[in-house]
Amino acid sequence: MRIAITGGHLIDPANNVDGLHDLFISEQGFVAAIGAMPDGFQADRVLDARGRLVLPGLVDLRARLREPGLEYKATMESETRAAVNAGITTLCCPPDTYPVIDTPAMAQMIQQRAWRFGLAFVHPLGALTQGLQGKLLSDMAALDDAGCVGFSNALEPVADTLVMRRAMEYAAGFDLTVFLHPQDPWLRNGGCMHEGEVSTRLGLPGIPEAAETAGLARDLALVEQTGVRAHFCQLSSARAVAMVAAARDQGLAVSADVTAHHLHLTEHDIGYFNTQCHVIPPLRAGRDRDALRQALKSGVISAICSDHQPHESDAKLAPFAESEPGISGLETLLPLTLRLVDDELLNLPEAIALLTARPAQILGVDAGHLGVGATADLCILDPASHWTLSVDRITSRGRNSPFLGWEFRGTITHTLVGGKIVFEAR
Amino acid sequence: MRHDDLQFDGQGHLRHLLTIEGLPRQTVLEILNTAESFISVGEREIKKLPLLRGKTVVNLFFESSTRTRTTFEIAAKRLSADVINLNPLASSTTKGETLLDTVRNLEAMHTDLFVVRHRESGAAHLIAQHVPAHVHIINAGDGRHAHPTQGLLDMFTIRRYKGPFENLRVAIVGDILHSRVARSQIHALTTLGAAEVRVIAPRTLLPTAVEKLGVHAFTDIKAGLDGVDVIIMLRLQRERMNGALIPSEQEYFDLFGLTPEKLGYAKPDAIVMHPGPMNRGLEIDSAVADGPQSVILPQVTNGIAVRMAIMALIMGGSAGAPEPRRTE
Repeated sequence: MRIAITGGHLIDPANNVDGLHDLFISEQGFVAAIGAMPDGFQADRVLDARGRLVLPGLVDLRARLREPGLEYKATMESETRAAVNAGITTLCCPPDTYPVIDTPAMAQMIQQRAWRFGLAFVHPLGALTQGLQGKLLSDMAALDDAGCVGFSNALEPVADTLVMRRAMEYAAGFDLTVFLHPQDPWLRNGGCMHEGEVSTRLGLPGIPEAAETAGLARDLALVEQTGVRAHFCQLSSARAVAMVAAARDQGLAVSADVTAHHLHLTEHDIGYFNTQCHVIPPLRAGRDRDALRQALKSGVISAICSDHQPHESDAKLAPFAESEPGISGLETLLPLTLRLVDDELLNLPEAIALLTARPAQILGVDAGHLGVGATADLCILDPASHWTLSVDRITSRGRNSPFLGWEFRGTITHTLVGGKIVFEAR
Repeated sequence: MRHDDLQFDGQGHLRHLLTIEGLPRQTVLEILNTAESFISVGEREIKKLPLLRGKTVVNLFFESSTRTRTTFEIAAKRLSADVINLNPLASSTTKGETLLDTVRNLEAMHTDLFVVRHRESGAAHLIAQHVPAHVHIINAGDGRHAHPTQGLLDMFTIRRYKGPFENLRVAIVGDILHSRVARSQIHALTTLGAAEVRVIAPRTLLPTAVEKLGVHAFTDIKAGLDGVDVIIMLRLQRERMNGALIPSEQEYFDLFGLTPEKLGYAKPDAIVMHPGPMNRGLEIDSAVADGPQSVILPQVTNGIAVRMAIMALIMGGSAGAPEPRRTE
């Protein structure tokens, strides 16, 4: 179907586009033209985007789809549906599925399942070590051939520093990116929230900031030694931001992301044991949140992700430490990022870049931009509409969000994947 | 749900006792004053009041306890309630039943009050959020978080022996990090306006930012006990060496064990308390535990009156006919 999107405000940070432009999509699902209609273009459908923003489809660096293995929480279909409803057209899925993504067959199966539903694209990360056990290297080259966009041990720490060194060396030799969650497992010591005044008050075992910085210091030393391209996932503390900034100044090929909730919540939001705020890495102090925000401005952090973790309701109906960590975050990724614009931390193109071109660059995938010839993955946003997050507004099977009751600005009216309209607001 | 909404009902009556943190001073004093009036009941020939006649109290102890469970049982029986003791460690939870399922099943048997102890911080809050309005919860200890009835009975004991809190310096000695008792005592003492609250322990047994609770921290027991009116010793779990928290029992006793000599740093009329069970020769010397300044056994006796007071206040306050059951 040939589609014309007319009268919209196109923001495409990858191409420095920020203005009123019509956009034309070819029969094959590519961007045919921007601005003037190509000769002979016959639109089958015209989307009137006056007063709206036209954005590249969002790229989420980390989302658990729960399939395979935990289908009682969510499925590939339910979560890719939730993604496109929220303007997200490309997802990266960590390898901590059941079974783990440590074989080419698993990596292919995940991509094919997602392809079948025709909603968001799903790019898997391969396991850095077999079974995420931190002992034996996975078949990285074969996993790379099977479509893995990088390698990660997810939240399972590679405790053995020698194994981590070898994994990085091996990956570097094949020009693969490693995605690291810096964490010292001994300092983590069974903690479930930030170690600080709130954990002291609530009597909950804390995760000290040093669990992140000690792990990060080790990993940075190994990155320097091996020369691997490394991406640090979900920085949570001010000191970690400073360490990554210093490493970048030294010329190391490192990048970093932050989850949307770490930009808005702190340890104090746990209140009296609010399990919806149980996340790993934990919500830290106000100064940490402020430093993470500043790191978006300075460029030390180059992507915001959802770290989507949908849960069944029982997963959160337990004492705090026994509740399962994670937030169902797909549908608050863009709204929480737009709040940073309202807070005047970022301008709109900067904010959109953190959700599109820059995470796509980290993944090394062709997505997150809307130049002529690009795949027409895009979303249309009505920036004027105000709404409140409620359980019945959530499309994901996971209703676990600490943001229920929050007021947001901006709703997605259309999402296109490969030139096909996969979501249209009623 | 906001926490202060959780402990009080719409009319401002105490509905659950989950933690002392945030309780108005007036409520704490009301509990202590009510307990005073119940002290004499235990000394009578017939040790019963009809306040909770026809009510069902379930002692739901997911973690083992002798003293706390027994004093709750005696307190409920002295108020004429029917009491059932459950130790779900050995029953349904090992079959995979969730905490809330266990509570819901017991609630279906028309329980009026649950006295809950659980190894996880926040367990009592979780239950209180999910019971209907006519069911009450008393937290008998949740993880490292709170043990409010112990904190209140300690305040009762301190007030009986030492008078108004405004003039008192109180030192809590030992494993503050893992202690729900210490946290409840600290909140109670700061609420009641104690002149100073000190915590004394090696740094490994002091939680991060403990000063934010309104206390002064000491690692030197001599400086910490200097001039205090009340010394509260905490139990040290013997396995704490394993987490590299202390080097040895010997070194701990040498540095922090309360001996007659160290007791001499405090005021001459200082009292010594311990929530029990004691490790003689580890955190406290028998000469102190059994000595003239010890009020450890009166603490236990007072525990019954204080728990009676809390149950009576929570379940409808004054004497007379029990209120009709509300259904919601």
